[in-house]
Amino acid sequence: MNHSFVPKAADMLVVGPETIVAAAAMLILLAELMPARISKAAAPWIAALGLLASFIPMTTTGISVRTGFSGMVVTDGFAVLMKAVLAVTGLLTIGFSTHYIKREDLDRAEYYALVLFAISGMMLMASSANLIMVFLSLEILSISLYVLSGFARTQPRSQEASLKYFLLGSFASAFLLYGIALVYGGAGTISLAGIANAIASEGAARNPVLLAGAGLIAVGLGFKVAAVPFQMWTPDVYEGAPSSVTAFMSVGAKAAGFAALARVFLTAFGDIKVDWMPALWAVAALTMIVGNVVAVAQTDIKRMLAYSSIAHAGYILVGLAAANQAGVSALVFYLAAYLFMNLGAWAVVILAGRRGEAGTEIDSYNGLFWRNPGAAAAMGVFMFALAGLPPTGGFMAKFYVFSAALQANMVGLVVIGALTSLVSVYYYARVTVVMFMRDPEPDAAPISTRGLLGVTLAVTAAATIYLGVLPGQLFQLAGLAQIARP
Amino acid sequence: MGELIAFVVLGAIAVAAGIAVVVVRNPVHSALFLVVNFFCLAVLFLVLSAEFVAALQVLVYAGAIMVLFLFVIMLLNVAGVFESQRDPLRSQRGLAVCLGLGLLAEVLAIAVSGAARLPSGGGTLPQDFGSPTLVGLLLYSQYVFPFEAVSVLLLIAMVGVVVLTKRSV
Repeated sequence: MNHSFVPKAADMLVVGPETIVAAAAMLILLAELMPARISKAAAPWIAALGLLASFIPMTTTGISVRTGFSGMVVTDGFAVLMKAVLAVTGLLTIGFSTHYIKREDLDRAEYYALVLFAISGMMLMASSANLIMVFLSLEILSISLYVLSGFARTQPRSQEASLKYFLLGSFASAFLLYGIALVYGGAGTISLAGIANAIASEGAARNPVLLAGAGLIAVGLGFKVAAVPFQMWTPDVYEGAPSSVTAFMSVGAKAAGFAALARVFLTAFGDIKVDWMPALWAVAALTMIVGNVVAVAQTDIKRMLAYSSIAHAGYILVGLAAANQAGVSALVFYLAAYLFMNLGAWAVVILAGRRGEAGTEIDSYNGLFWRNPGAAAAMGVFMFALAGLPPTGGFMAKFYVFSAALQANMVGLVVIGALTSLVSVYYYARVTVVMFMRDPEPDAAPISTRGLLGVTLAVTAAATIYLGVLPGQLFQLAGLAQIARP
Repeated sequence: MGELIAFVVLGAIAVAAGIAVVVVRNPVHSALFLVVNFFCLAVLFLVLSAEFVAALQVLVYAGAIMVLFLFVIMLLNVAGVFESQRDPLRSQRGLAVCLGLGLLAEVLAIAVSGAARLPSGGGTLPQDFGSPTLVGLLLYSQYVFPFEAVSVLLLIAMVGVVVLTKRSV
């Protein structure tokens, strides 16, 4: 046995990004020892600098495959790209949070600390090479998100969201743990490489205990990405949590959950993919259908976006169900495009909302164009992108996901995906219609776009269009997202 | 032989204490019987040469978790309430007995069918199996990263509790 108590630099480099992000979070907590005025003003900047600094170890390791800490963690092209997606998510979250948390009286430094802790957990999920690490990183991100959902603690809606998320999330964690225990019973190890070896050499593939464990792990992680039938919590939590937190978790938790799903199922259970592909096929189809159909009936924009995020989880699952390299690359591309269009849409929701989470009915977007033309135009772009219309990133993302599924001969799934996209055009277009073609309420004042929120909107809108017009660069990058086979 | 005597005596006390936990009316007595049960289990772990697990059993279960139980019982002052009221879960008793017997049958079936497959004479354990030294060495070498991740997790939980409950900001 190797009795080394001191982590080596090579080990630390593998988990460099998450270590830096977690260190920045602790720095924010420490900075609160200074006068409140200084620490509050410094928190978003420390957070942003920490996230920017996390790119340094990412560029150092690049797409090279390295393992660290006795095989507990691994970095490869897939992990680095997912971490980059998460770091950008964090930066944009800070961008639209500064204005929002001041307006809602939530302006406390712990907000940024918890966001950073959540991101470090999400990044760790993308790097986990052992089921114990999958579980621990899932808990790190979940507990941060439970607290963040209840951050507006004077509002009953926020408390309810937090409690609901916590109870159902704990339930899902129990599923995951039970799954891990069963996999240990079937394979005799919980390291992803070890499980793959056991399946390949010892014929554990036909062991029902192992298969049941794999199924329970999929349930636990499926809860985090809000896949049907584990999506019941999503609308209530997304509606009740503070908007900036909802935006953050709709992208971040999804990306982390998919990162873990892809790594666990393609490496550890890669050799028994004939067993789980049909299950993922069904879950993907159900998720796309339920998410899109129920979204049509929503009158509140936060609930509509919640169902839209369920629907998008379905499209990403299509990439995963394909279980090939094209599918993994498409998954990374989809998450990168989704990050910009979804965070952008939420930034407009934050901008158009009023203090106390008011103004989230779709009717209150009547004539938004006359109150703030820029925000309305940006929202139009995001709605087109979420519906998957060209020339936006959303179209290219769906295109890559569907072509990966076609490579895997999943024609039925592609047909369902295309049909449900058509349904989605209806509810996304409705928002666009009320913004541009209706008159604003007589007492509605113009909305001004200022500061970081405006910058965030501009960046997300530009990136969404850029990914639609010139997707080549990101697609090349996504092609490097290879998951290291142990 | 000594092991067998220890097992029979401790097992009997553990089962008796376990029954007492559900039967006695006073919740504080119930909790104290649970402590007896935990201590018996800890000694049984010792007999199985799982020293570290035995220590954890005493520290975590008999120590921390039981203190928490007693705190809750005394803070809510339910001791008096339960003694006078009739059991609100009376209707579930039949179901509980059935499920309990089912579980017992399952454990017995596993024990009987598994006993035949055990190697006769028993194997020999490796040197310092289950000792705190070995667990500590593993925890700080191979599992050092998960160990540190847990510390971050606990820090987040602590910050979260303060954020959600502190009165004035």
